[in-house]
Amino acid sequence: MTTYHLRVNGREHAVDTDPDTPLLYVLRNDLGLNGAKFGCGLGQCGACTVTLAGGSVMSCLVPVSVVGARPVGTVEGLGSAQAPGTLQQAFIAEQAAQCGYCIAGMLMRAQNLLAANPKPTDAEIRKHMMPNLCRCGTHMRILRAVRRAADAMGGKGGKA
Amino acid sequence: MRRAPDSPARRRLLAAAGSLTMVFAVGPVWPQDETPLSKGKLPGSLEKAPWLDAWIRIEADNRITVFTGKAELGQGIKTALLQVAADELQVAPAHIVLVTADTARTPNEGYTAGSHSMQDSGTALRHAAAQVRAVLAGLAAKRFGIDAAALSLRDGSIAAPDGRRLTYGELLAGRQLHLRADPSVPVLAPAAHTIVGKALQRVDIPAKVSGGAAYVQDLRLPGMAHGRVVRPPAPGARLLDVDAGAVARLPGVLKVVRDGRFLAVIADGEYRAVKAAAALARGARWDTPATLPRDATPAVMVRALPTRPNPILARGTPGAAGRTLAANFSKPFQLHASIGPSCAVAQLVDGQYTVWTHSQGVYPLRDALAELLGAGKDTIRCIHTEGSGCYGHNAADDVAADAALLARALPGRPVRVQWMREDEHGWEPFGPAMLTAVRATLDAGGRIADWQYDVWSPPHNTRPGKAGNLLAATHLARPFAPDTPTPSPQPEGSGDRNAIPYYVLPNARVVHQFQPGAPLRTSALRSLGAYCNVFSIESFMDELAQAAGADPLAFRLAHLADPRAIETVRSAAQGFGWDKYRKPPRRGRGFAFARYKNLAAFCAIALEVEVARETGMVRITRAVAAVDCGEVVNPDGVRNQIEGGIIQSASWTLLERVRFDERQVLTRDWAQYPILRFNQVPERIEIALLDRPGQPFLGTGEAAQGPTAAAIANAVADACGLRLRDLPLDRARLRAGH
Repeated sequence: MTTYHLRVNGREHAVDTDPDTPLLYVLRNDLGLNGAKFGCGLGQCGACTVTLAGGSVMSCLVPVSVVGARPVGTVEGLGSAQAPGTLQQAFIAEQAAQCGYCIAGMLMRAQNLLAANPKPTDAEIRKHMMPNLCRCGTHMRILRAVRRAADAMGGKGGKA
Repeated sequence: MRRAPDSPARRRLLAAAGSLTMVFAVGPVWPQDETPLSKGKLPGSLEKAPWLDAWIRIEADNRITVFTGKAELGQGIKTALLQVAADELQVAPAHIVLVTADTARTPNEGYTAGSHSMQDSGTALRHAAAQVRAVLAGLAAKRFGIDAAALSLRDGSIAAPDGRRLTYGELLAGRQLHLRADPSVPVLAPAAHTIVGKALQRVDIPAKVSGGAAYVQDLRLPGMAHGRVVRPPAPGARLLDVDAGAVARLPGVLKVVRDGRFLAVIADGEYRAVKAAAALARGARWDTPATLPRDATPAVMVRALPTRPNPILARGTPGAAGRTLAANFSKPFQLHASIGPSCAVAQLVDGQYTVWTHSQGVYPLRDALAELLGAGKDTIRCIHTEGSGCYGHNAADDVAADAALLARALPGRPVRVQWMREDEHGWEPFGPAMLTAVRATLDAGGRIADWQYDVWSPPHNTRPGKAGNLLAATHLARPFAPDTPTPSPQPEGSGDRNAIPYYVLPNARVVHQFQPGAPLRTSALRSLGAYCNVFSIESFMDELAQAAGADPLAFRLAHLADPRAIETVRSAAQGFGWDKYRKPPRRGRGFAFARYKNLAAFCAIALEVEVARETGMVRITRAVAAVDCGEVVNPDGVRNQIEGGIIQSASWTLLERVRFDERQVLTRDWAQYPILRFNQVPERIEIALLDRPGQPFLGTGEAAQGPTAAAIANAVADACGLRLRDLPLDRARLRAGH
């Protein structure tokens, strides 16, 4: 066991865990953050997508020991059920979920896009969302939700 | 974090002690144990659970709790059921707490499957709530001394014209009502609905977009340990030896469990369990015999299985004169492939098991676990807790059995088990491979004069109820044998679901060639045999239309009689612009229709594809669906289900196939078993809903699966002249041209 100091959603946390533990397990089990999900453990599905230093990563593949001081962002950082952020509001408005297991990963993938490219075209949204899998077939709604969020942010890319 | 068990016995105790007034909950026995009185059939699941207090409780402080034996699978059923109950009770949906499938609290409604939930539970709740409303109105009329017709109901209270007002809870306080459902009590007229028919936002989505504890995967109980199971490399593998000692000494490992070829570890942390399981797998030696058919196509493999022919239709006289066409169609084994691997938490305390599970049937699971554990049914409580979308009988029940076995090995502590991706892909029950053979004769007028159809299929139902249908139970030192599968009877059917065309066919013969066994475990995948049967029938309808020189749409309409079917077909065609379609290069259009199970939702789909023969890529540019599912409770919920069904079926149809060699399943992850990604989903999906207020609920969850597959195949044929009859229509087939 080693102690790691993580910065998650703007807050500092000290975590005692084994160095090879993937960030996903630390977020879920040590910090009690449910957003990132275990989907494959292989970096193939995106259910565990979080942001790390601004980029999207699949947290099932990132050992906690390599995170260091880089800030981690999860869907909990975007808002809450009571006070959802712009992107979350867009997903609610479009009812962009069925089972919803993939959705937190979708939100974080989209967040990463809008931060880097506040005015994406529809084609850019599709391309950016490619790594993330949805099995219920909610794709059309997810695409509409990302479009809606981009429009609502008025080109300010997730800072609104 | 969860409420204490709220058993019927506990409720009676509370009511008797007067600490809480449970007006509709004071019956002497638990409702579902009672044999319904023979007083005429009751609506929906009221037939199985006829006492109102099984469904609705109103407490003195006017809190309203509604109970359903159905479960949220991601299909939005909680919201739709709330809408139905709220409308009849004349309260806001937010006023109601909805409790879903739980063996200690809710009626036994069997499985949440087969697009039955609205028919079963929605209908039951509608009638139960209407009767509760009528009872309340009667009480209020008496209290106010006026005629019930003069009362107005709003927001959970009843008012007299002079302004006197009592809440439902106040009206019932102190009374002990335990009423049997009375089917003669009228439900609200459709025009009086204010909540049914509206696109109410789903109640579960805010938590799902914000990291709320929404799933069984998120359950974190005090002292919870983590289990992982090491599966054999193949169904027929024998465990030669295993080095468990080294694994037991790894950090955090609490227990190594070996019972026959059931191998598992329990650790104090999840990733420690993952690592320990990997170490245990490395230390296990297996003998893996070659038991699977080698290099067999699904069609050849299925045809070779032992078969029990079961004629399901013999109409008219075979052998009509005319031009005869014949074709065979097939589908491979396919996966449910939920994004989240199956998960369960189980705990054994003082001889009582509690199992949190995303099973589709908590009661049948409880019965199977009782047999597996050698425990009384009354010592096991199964609580439905949402999982990742299931689409049928996936590994939900199996992982619940794993968790229960590990909870027994570590009494007192909750044990959470989640399968790894390779376990889910390799061991969930597969949607069966199938083969169909169709032969039809066209008369001189271009009508179908004779029809013969055979469908060969392994079982579509190996659900629990019996311990032997739980994977782990078959791996124990004293294994339980799987139940002998039987086909579900018509009209719903299983492998033969939708094997009888919904068209007017004066001479027709249909045979379900039921196959009780398959080399790999199979069970229910969304729509069962309807997917392959509708794919076959609707592909062949296009082939017949072409042979008859008719437009595929006109050919279908000429063979349809049901006005609702005709309207559905016309609606999809109109939405697509079928009559004015001009075919661009490399593109083509396809149409398909079915009435799910020939008795549920009507669904017609028209779509366009773009085909690149050089790469084999098929892209759906636009899909238009028309759906008649009876009375629509939540139009956005129906749209979401149909959109999702189209995309999922497109994924099955274009990409999906379980592959195996003679020893084991090879498709163990998303690289080996790809599904549709954002680049391949349609540019647009449009859905027309044909609402039928006042008509029975027909369900929607599975209606689009078959029509989508055939519409794609027909569009591919239209785009490039290639008629593909073996699923999936993947890039290799498109490039090869067969």
